[in-house]
Amino acid sequence: MNAPVNVDAARNVFFKQVEEPLVAYLEACLHCGQCADACHFHEASGDPRHTPAYKLFPIAKAYRSQKSPLSWLGLAPRITEKDLSEWEELLFDTCTMCGRCTTVCPMGIDIASIVGKARQAFVAAGLGPEDLLAAADFSRDHGSPLGLDPGKLEDRIEWLADENEIDIPLDKDKAEVLLTVSSIEMMKYPVSISAMAKIMNHAGVDYTFSTKGYEATNFGYLAGKADVAKIMVTRIAEAAEAVGAKTVVIPECGHAYGVLRWGGANILGKRMPFEVLHITEYMAKLKREGRLKLKPHNGSITYHDPCQISRRGGATEDARYLLDGFATDFREMTPTGNQNWCCGGGGGVQAIGRAAELRHQVFKIKIDQVEKTGAAALVSSCANCRLTMDESKAALGWKGGLESIVEIIADHLVEDGATAKAD
Amino acid sequence: MSLLDFARGPALEYAFAIFLFGILWRIASLFLLPRAKDRSVPRPGAPAAAVSAARGFVRHMWLRPPYGQSTVFALVNGYIFHVGLAIIVFGFGPHILFINGLTGLSWPNLPSGVISVVSVVTLAALAAALVRRLTSPVLRLLSGFNDYMSWLVTTAPVLTGLLAVSHLGAKYETLLAVHILSIAVFLIWFPFGKLFHAFLVFVTRSQTGAFYGRRGVQI
Ligand code: SF4
Ligand code: SF4
Repeated sequence: MNAPVNVDAARNVFFKQVEEPLVAYLEACLHCGQCADACHFHEASGDPRHTPAYKLFPIAKAYRSQKSPLSWLGLAPRITEKDLSEWEELLFDTCTMCGRCTTVCPMGIDIASIVGKARQAFVAAGLGPEDLLAAADFSRDHGSPLGLDPGKLEDRIEWLADENEIDIPLDKDKAEVLLTVSSIEMMKYPVSISAMAKIMNHAGVDYTFSTKGYEATNFGYLAGKADVAKIMVTRIAEAAEAVGAKTVVIPECGHAYGVLRWGGANILGKRMPFEVLHITEYMAKLKREGRLKLKPHNGSITYHDPCQISRRGGATEDARYLLDGFATDFREMTPTGNQNWCCGGGGGVQAIGRAAELRHQVFKIKIDQVEKTGAAALVSSCANCRLTMDESKAALGWKGGLESIVEIIADHLVEDGATAKAD
Repeated sequence: MSLLDFARGPALEYAFAIFLFGILWRIASLFLLPRAKDRSVPRPGAPAAAVSAARGFVRHMWLRPPYGQSTVFALVNGYIFHVGLAIIVFGFGPHILFINGLTGLSWPNLPSGVISVVSVVTLAALAAALVRRLTSPVLRLLSGFNDYMSWLVTTAPVLTGLLAVSHLGAKYETLLAVHILSIAVFLIWFPFGKLFHAFLVFVTRSQTGAFYGRRGVQI
């Protein structure tokens, strides 16, 4: 990008976000380097610049140059255009905001949240990967980053309903549950949308999709565009309120869940009058209520924890609860759960074309984890992880299977009259 | 005024004043910053924020697997010099007398032989930390003036203290004066540089603990 870098704009946006937790984190870093080995980008590349703490340098520098005690002594240089240009790649391409570094940091510094804030400052300066920024703008203008406008949503839902001979309600006046989509699924893995509908129908849930608010992914947040992030959250919140939904269900997308479940009320500035559940949490709830009748799944599988659902979402056990007693040959990978490695494509990195090569390197960590389990298939609950892994799988010529937890569950539903027989 | 009188008198007094003022100023300027309310609904059954904060503090005291050997080495080495420094500061007889003079508090001291051994071990751990900082590509990239200065002002009192007790290198009075001056420098640097992490560690670990607790994440 050749446009001039607006350092002042970056500084202004950054200082608007200066709060006690952020400053405490920035000031507390010991430069001990413990976080390096926890980051999949550093693990894959061996490049010291991929050390999590290093990614925060321009932000720490911006803060120190104006506020820290060292600035009095002339020991705190100012942030420059060169700093911002140099760190753009580090803050966008090499951080999936997975939070793994925080688990190993002796000070408990939450790098991921700072990266989210730093991206806003970089975008204000006129920086940021064009494809990621375009995905955010496209969401604002057309309803979704992949061109899924309300008309297309209607078409696709009608097609999926016909194709699968099922009901998929759209724009019902009232419903208990508002079901949302990730356009990644709708355009690349549409089966997972019909799979969600099959599960809802099976459990007798009163639900609907809505053309007013359907896109669960929030590229506004990922691309550091706070205004777009708010528009995306508002659409879903308004659609949910219009149908009187008590629950909004997020499909297989980790960041969509993280942004709406934990960030939605903060972005809107008010509590949301509905609960937000990820589809794995919702299916676990149905199972707990005895509304999910499944025949056993017999192939060997392992589970990839999407970072925003497990380590940063708190729903680690829901996927295990679903698989328990259902997957007859479930093998945990090492490390797993909250320590699992990231797929390399979260935090919007999947949408950054120039980061593809690095993502593929990162995926080698996952291949190694999966192969050590000997499982035939790698199951995930995030379409973004799945797309990232699918692309890397093709690039690396890996032969392992990749599946979605929603799809395998939908494939094993015991419908009325059928017997609970293994496939 | 002899060097020792200067060190014991004005140098230490001013250093303490700067230390106290600096700490209060930094704490105040941190806690006077705004803090947005988290409006997200906590996961049902999430513990109170204070409980999660305390858990976060304890949780980050140690590593869970699967972290590598160099990470474990750095952690153990860090513990050695932190505990070593605490033993030297609070276990050595003359230090206790000094603290007693300031605060009226007193407690039994450790034998000076033990303190000498602890000092040597602490110095070795500090040296290992420096070697690691100078040789690891990651640490070399991260390190700056603040890191080296903080290392220096921490190591100098241990080294000069050990020399003074062992009467090595110069007259005892001179060594003691240099030791006290090195402590003055430590106190002056403490609030302004990286050493302030001794306070911030309670803030950051608690924040992160509360963040995870609210979400129902158990790490
Ligand atoms: S949040 Fe994840 S990707 Fe980002 S620096 Fe930390 S470990 Fe690396
Ligand atoms: S582990 Fe934490 S304190 Fe150490 S360098 Fe990384 S962010 Fe800083």
